[in-house]
Amino acid sequence: MADQNTAFIKLHDVYKSFGNSPVLRGVSLEIAKGEVACIIGPSGSGKSTILRCINALTPVDQGFIEVGDIQVTSKDLNMVALCHRVGMVFQQYNLFPHKTVLQNVSMAPIQVLRQTRAEVIDRARALLEKVKLAHKADAYPGELSGGQQQRVAIARALCMQPEAILFDEVTAALDPEMVGEVLTVIRDIAREGMTCVIVTHEMGFAREAANQMYFTDGGLIVEAAPPARFFSDPQDERTRSFLSKVL
Amino acid sequence: MRGHVKLGPEVGVDLPLAKRRVRGAVEGDLASIFLAIAIVLGIVLALALLAGADTGLLGALIKWTPFLGKGFLLNVVMSLFAIFFGTIGGVFLGMGQLTPASWISLPAKILTQIFRNAPWLVLLFYCIFLLPFQIRIGGQTYAIASWLRAAIGFTIPVIANFSEIVRGAMQSIPSGQWEAARSLGYTWRQTVTSVILPQCVKRMLPPWMNLYAVLLMATPLASIVGAEEALTNARTALQAESNSLLLLPLYAYLLSWFFIYSYPIARLSMALENRFAVR
Repeated sequence: MADQNTAFIKLHDVYKSFGNSPVLRGVSLEIAKGEVACIIGPSGSGKSTILRCINALTPVDQGFIEVGDIQVTSKDLNMVALCHRVGMVFQQYNLFPHKTVLQNVSMAPIQVLRQTRAEVIDRARALLEKVKLAHKADAYPGELSGGQQQRVAIARALCMQPEAILFDEVTAALDPEMVGEVLTVIRDIAREGMTCVIVTHEMGFAREAANQMYFTDGGLIVEAAPPARFFSDPQDERTRSFLSKVL
Repeated sequence: MRGHVKLGPEVGVDLPLAKRRVRGAVEGDLASIFLAIAIVLGIVLALALLAGADTGLLGALIKWTPFLGKGFLLNVVMSLFAIFFGTIGGVFLGMGQLTPASWISLPAKILTQIFRNAPWLVLLFYCIFLLPFQIRIGGQTYAIASWLRAAIGFTIPVIANFSEIVRGAMQSIPSGQWEAARSLGYTWRQTVTSVILPQCVKRMLPPWMNLYAVLLMATPLASIVGAEEALTNARTALQAESNSLLLLPLYAYLLSWFFIYSYPIARLSMALENRFAVR
């Protein structure tokens, strides 16, 4: 599935510090279209920051980032174009509590992309069907379980018709029995060819769904390998020590 | 179906159950409101009777009621004027305080702090004496009534106080909401108008009502600058009657009007505050 010749998301030597603490210390990675990349690593190693830099939520200090033909790190970045191309799903869902599920999914394409309402609503309903929440279209987020809210958040990201989706520890806040339903949805999306960058602690899921694994530590990518080799024969000492703790 | 999407209540996050709870709380308050009003009227009546029925104080109160009522109406009009324009101005100034562009946020913060920390009476004097007494529009000369100048004077502190309420409410919205909106391509302005402010409305409602009550209580200040509001008219009445026994009952009577008008607002704001605290 992964075609290494056409990198879709490109990070080159990215540095970022918050105050005096460096979070990214020269991160470079390339993710091809349709690839499913899983980023794992100890907390504070910069995993989430990598995602947030890719969709310009966090400005970088140095280095450059490209998504398709969009220069994310350029001064005149077109945020709408970038958000049309890259969606994001957050650990805390971040649904808009004052809007119904259907409105949550459909509002951005209508208000930001200026697509026609009827068309967006149809698409939103189809996406809710896909995440098995069509019956909750008129409910408010506060009435849903965590797993259901996270599936709405995924539908909301999909409704922007992005070419890639960034998943930031999307199951970390969920009760264990809800993790499966969310991972199933992500697995389906990945299978359909969506480029996915997934920060996760679900090793089993990563091993099975990813084409490429990245291990971050201390603001650096210390190991990158396909999951088979990554889990069975990690090269770096830090990866080995981390895996021995979590597996 | 499409209508449904469009009509999604902007403020109405409230589920039906929660709505019922508010109504229940308000109904429960009605009894205490009536009790409070009864007590106030009782005090007024007792004062009047105590002063002696032979002096005809009760008759005097009744006689001056329309005149006092006219004055009180002006207090209400000034307060409504100030809260209306103060709220609009406050929303913009409050948003301005949080704008990323510092050439907007800095002046907005300074203005807010200056006018929030200035005595209302001083601001009132400034407006009374700095605003023109009349303006010419197309050859016609219009006098600006002193009550209108006073109302503008009240608007300024209301803007500044509401600006702080707006800023506080906006900052209390979790940062994830801002990030989610940004990751969907919303600009700062779109985020504020479609995502943040609608969620702020219910948080701002109790302090806003509180501000209105404070504003109404401040409107008699306008008597100092010559607006013919309730306090001015009460003094006029006292002079006309030249009966010193009338002094206490008349002011108590006047107080009861302010109380009856603003106490329900205060109770409602308390009920809303309790209700939001639960959620």
